Amino acid sequence: MSEDKTITFIVTRQDDPESQPFEETFEIPYRKNMNVISALMEIRRNPVNAEGKATTPVYWDMGCLEEVCGACSMVINGSPRQSCTALVDQLEQPIRLAPMTTFPVNRDLAVDRSRMFDSLKKVKAWVPIDGTHDLGPGPKMPESKRQWAYELSKCMTCGVCLEACPNVNSKSDFIGPAPLSQVRLFNSHPTGSMNKSERLQTIMDEEGLMGCGNAQNCVESCPKGIPLTTSIAALNRDTAIESFKSFFGSDQRV
Amino acid sequence: MAGTRGYVNRRLHSLLGVVPIGIFLIQHLTVNFFATRGPEAFNSAAHFMESLPYRYVLEIFIIFLPLLFHSIYGVYIAFTAKSNLKTFGYFRNWMFMLQRFTGIITLIFIAWHVWETRIAIGFGWAELNYQLMEGILTDPFFFWFYIVGVISTTFHFSNGLWSFFVSWGITVSPRSQQIMTYVSIAVFVAISYVGVRTLIQFAYGS
Ligand code: HEM
Ligand code: SF4
Ligand code: FES
Repeated sequence: MSEDKTITFIVTRQDDPESQPFEETFEIPYRKNMNVISALMEIRRNPVNAEGKATTPVYWDMGCLEEVCGACSMVINGSPRQSCTALVDQLEQPIRLAPMTTFPVNRDLAVDRSRMFDSLKKVKAWVPIDGTHDLGPGPKMPESKRQWAYELSKCMTCGVCLEACPNVNSKSDFIGPAPLSQVRLFNSHPTGSMNKSERLQTIMDEEGLMGCGNAQNCVESCPKGIPLTTSIAALNRDTAIESFKSFFGSDQRV
Repeated sequence: MAGTRGYVNRRLHSLLGVVPIGIFLIQHLTVNFFATRGPEAFNSAAHFMESLPYRYVLEIFIIFLPLLFHSIYGVYIAFTAKSNLKTFGYFRNWMFMLQRFTGIITLIFIAWHVWETRIAIGFGWAELNYQLMEGILTDPFFFWFYIVGVISTTFHFSNGLWSFFVSWGITVSPRSQQIMTYVSIAVFVAISYVGVRTLIQFAYGS
């Protein structure tokens, strides 16, 4: 009996970045404890659609298979999430898979998240320590700060928060919550904070912090539970102070 | 980048929503509330406001220009959002969309309201007194038009106050933001009562 059980998938497919998307339905035999990725692997093993016609295998992206790399994000039954931790038994059927809409589609379910990595470069989401001589050990970080900073460091650039944000769309250049929260992370680091002002200045525009409209979908959607809206509010405070300092002058700036 | 027009405009838009526009809104609703004490009380309060010194300077710099800037930039902000309530039906997302929606409704309402009161008075087509508002609000269509307009404005201001506190980094922690939600609801109920009660007074004289 249970051997005959099947799962239905309706996949939004697209052959290449330029071509039109279309839907294709697949029926695959049920196995216990499947996740969306093992189902996609089954389709790849036997690429035949529900009408019994041979087709190209569905293409998707993956890496860690344990929800830390973010590569396998896609829209599953309407919500953006990681396909590696989406358990088939917990999903309503038919299971609908579609690529995230915020990013250009490479092929089928695989999207190009370059814009997020570009944003991380733009906001200098790292601690610059390269030099010609040994700088010695950096200062220590207070434990209380380390604890929340650690939460922010869990970001895997998956793109779910951008997908959830009503202000990230084709009409705006808003970089989204993830890179903003990284500014707070690297500004909280004792050595990273040497570039604090520079990072803040970079996000003081509409593409950056001012693009946020406080819909707060990001914090509800982040699979890592990152307090994105706390980061954004904290940056609102930091940039307000930063603008006073840079306009009126301070001991760091004239 | 820093100090770009995008940054300053956005900060200015946020600030102007509260200072001076929000303060003016509360002042305006309060003065109008004198109507509940009868036509004479309303007329003397309104005439006091009308007789303030350098009134045109006050009107232009405290009301007209800030409102013009906030409105134009507000329409631009409103139309850069793309609603996704169907997938993400969270409370704050609803407030986000309602903030944009009520902004547009408020703009239409204020444009009409200013036209038939301040501009009409300025051109001498009407006189500022209790009877002017009574005449407008005894018409059922305009009574409901004003009800919608006033509630839209009070919602927009109250919810805007919530987002103002976030935009300036005053409420950072989730808990402070939650408490501010309750405060903004209380503000909404209170000023909506003041506004609606005044409209009922003009329309039904009680
Ligand atoms: C009585 C008139 C008005 C008052 C008292 C008012 C007040 C406010 C306040 C306090 C905010 C919050 C600012 C912030 O988020 O930091 C706000 C936001 C906003 N206002 Fe107004 N406003 C008024 C009229 C308008 C009009 C006519 C529009 C035109 C569409 C408009 C559009 C917006 C938009 C789109 C936002 C959202 C900004 C954001 O969240 O980023 N407002 N308003
Ligand atoms: S903040 Fe959360 S939702 Fe956004 S990219 Fe990072 S892990 Fe994904
Ligand atoms: S494969 Fe890395 S998060 Fe799913």
